[in-house]
Amino acid sequence: MLDIRRPLGRLGHNVIDGVWRAGTMARFLWLVLASSGTSFSRFRLVMREVYFSGVLSLIIIIVSGLFVGMVLGLQGYETLQKYGATESIGVLVALSLVRELGPVVAALLFASRAGSAITAEIGLMKTTEQLTAMDMMAVSPMARVIAPRFWAGIISMPILSLLFSAMGVFGGYIVGVVMIGVDNGAFWSQMQAAVDFRYDVVRGIVKSFVFGIAVTIIATFEGYDAPPTAEGVSGATTRTVVTSALMILALDLVLTAFMLRSED
Amino acid sequence: MERTSIDLWFGAFVTAGFVALMVLALKVGNAGAERAAEVYRVEARFDNIGGLKVRGPVRSAGVLVGRVADIHFDNERFQAKVTLALDSRYKWPKDTSASILTSGLLGETYVGLEAGGDDKVLATGDRITITQSAVVLEKLIGQFLFSKAQETPAAPAPAPAGATGAAPAKK
Repeated sequence: MLDIRRPLGRLGHNVIDGVWRAGTMARFLWLVLASSGTSFSRFRLVMREVYFSGVLSLIIIIVSGLFVGMVLGLQGYETLQKYGATESIGVLVALSLVRELGPVVAALLFASRAGSAITAEIGLMKTTEQLTAMDMMAVSPMARVIAPRFWAGIISMPILSLLFSAMGVFGGYIVGVVMIGVDNGAFWSQMQAAVDFRYDVVRGIVKSFVFGIAVTIIATFEGYDAPPTAEGVSGATTRTVVTSALMILALDLVLTAFMLRSED
Repeated sequence: MERTSIDLWFGAFVTAGFVALMVLALKVGNAGAERAAEVYRVEARFDNIGGLKVRGPVRSAGVLVGRVADIHFDNERFQAKVTLALDSRYKWPKDTSASILTSGLLGETYVGLEAGGDDKVLATGDRITITQSAVVLEKLIGQFLFSKAQETPAAPAPAPAGATGAAPAKK
């Protein structure tokens, strides 16, 4: 009888803790937005962070995009061959990349490559009391450290997702046209007939924009909120990757549902 | 202003993103080709539009000449009211006929236009009066079975009444 109260209590504690964190994160987001002025008046701070989280993620994004596109090409060919519609391989690759895989996979890669780095960096700055030192010098760590990283993530994410999609289409082209021998003209013309700029490409950009906000706010918050110990920073880094991945997939479901409903 | 290597990387990164956007818009998507055309809207009523969708193509002689702008149900005439946005480069006689067609057995549904012989041309707000509805495959098969069933009594073999016309008529 006494034993059951312990796991129940822990469950309740976790739920309340989660809700509490969500509320704190909302206040944190508001604080970041309120202290974003410095990011724009000293844009070099943002550019430096774009270099660290965006430019340095380019290699993994480009290589993954190429591979994902090639795999889509191979798998799509296997299935389309049964219906004698192998020319539609371009449509399949382009639509799945532009609508879903580009924004989602790029955001997942961004969360694990750049998000974890942001959390670890901010967490360590907090642990070594650099943030407190800044505060003492009347330099707001929100404006100097957090906000530039937040805006850099928002700028980088759509660009990375666009590059991912473009590289994926190129990978599909390599597999479909160069290796398998699907007709080059039909590959591109069917793709152009099926992919609409406003309905597919722009909506993909909107998605990646939202993912960029979600990933960077989670990453900066976890770092800022990390317990100032080695263990605390490592736990915060793990939580960043896990929470970001869940948030990206959940937001993707919501956004897709909204976008598909508004189409008819 | 002194330049730093961060500036170079930022510029290269944003340029790469812009190039990717251009590739997706022009090479993968269809931006530019569609927006350039001016359109005028005409109306057509159909008894059945089948699987026609908003933004579906309007073709004549196989060439894209417009898009379906809007589909509504007319509750007074119990018909579908389809608004067509036609490319203003093309002029159509007043007695042009519109029909709902399907490209291939599994292809997309589109509106096919066939020009008439009138001197006056369609303008914004006009209505295409000669229309042909979508062919519903189930109805077609039903009619075929029905006509086959009527043929069978002529055959000398006493076919049981329960057997439908699907069985080949013996002669």
